[in-house]
Amino acid sequence: MSVGEIRVEINSDQDIVIARQKGRVMAGELGFSSGDATLIATAISELARNIVSYARTGQIKLKGIHGSSRSGILVIASDDGPGIIDIRQALRDGFSTSGSLGLGLPGVRRLMDEFEINSQPGKGTMVAVKKWRQ
Amino acid sequence: MEVPILKQGAFLIATFQAALSDADLNQLRMGLVQQVVKFRSRAVIVDVTAMDVMDSFASRTLREIAHMIRLRGAETVIVGIQPEVAFAMVQLGLTLEGVATALDLEEGLAYLNERFRITK
Repeated sequence: MSVGEIRVEINSDQDIVIARQKGRVMAGELGFSSGDATLIATAISELARNIVSYARTGQIKLKGIHGSSRSGILVIASDDGPGIIDIRQALRDGFSTSGSLGLGLPGVRRLMDEFEINSQPGKGTMVAVKKWRQ
Repeated sequence: MEVPILKQGAFLIATFQAALSDADLNQLRMGLVQQVVKFRSRAVIVDVTAMDVMDSFASRTLREIAHMIRLRGAETVIVGIQPEVAFAMVQLGLTLEGVATALDLEEGLAYLNERFRITK
């Protein structure tokens, strides 16, 4: 079964719910356990929330990925927002500039298997995370 | 999507749906505190059995609800956190410190009845 690619435009808090629901459905279609689908949906929720909180608009892309011996899901959150000045600081537990809990990015990194971030001040932010099927 | 709030004697019971947006959660927070005042409720049970994702915003809102209700002199019990959701919350570093929790609605009611010694 092939699962294509889904894009969810993130413009409001309602879209956070839509993105995580689509992510859960796709994770299920890709054969993830219900527990892993919950971790993936939670990570998507946090990434989408960062978009709404910091950039206001952006998008979440969901994609099934297939390696030689394993398969998984790729989630890319991107926006053209203000970007992150100090990425190392943003990846530390407890750091936040929007008055939120500040657990977003380090938490997402713990929920997923692979984590990549690209951001420059004024040029937006791209976070790509992967989870492989157990 | 609005969260139904049921009055059950001295307690209020709010049942979360799966797809609550931030705006829904904010509305619930105000609604619950207002109803605790209106009905002079002793406690609130928040049933999150249907919630399949508890992210940082949802868990912070739950903590805020519990603290606001405590300032009113009433108590909050969160019931029905699913095992998978609990696992994700721990991974994410989310805690509900200082907030009472129970396995399900029945256990939550039993806890409150014991606490307030309400006899049938």
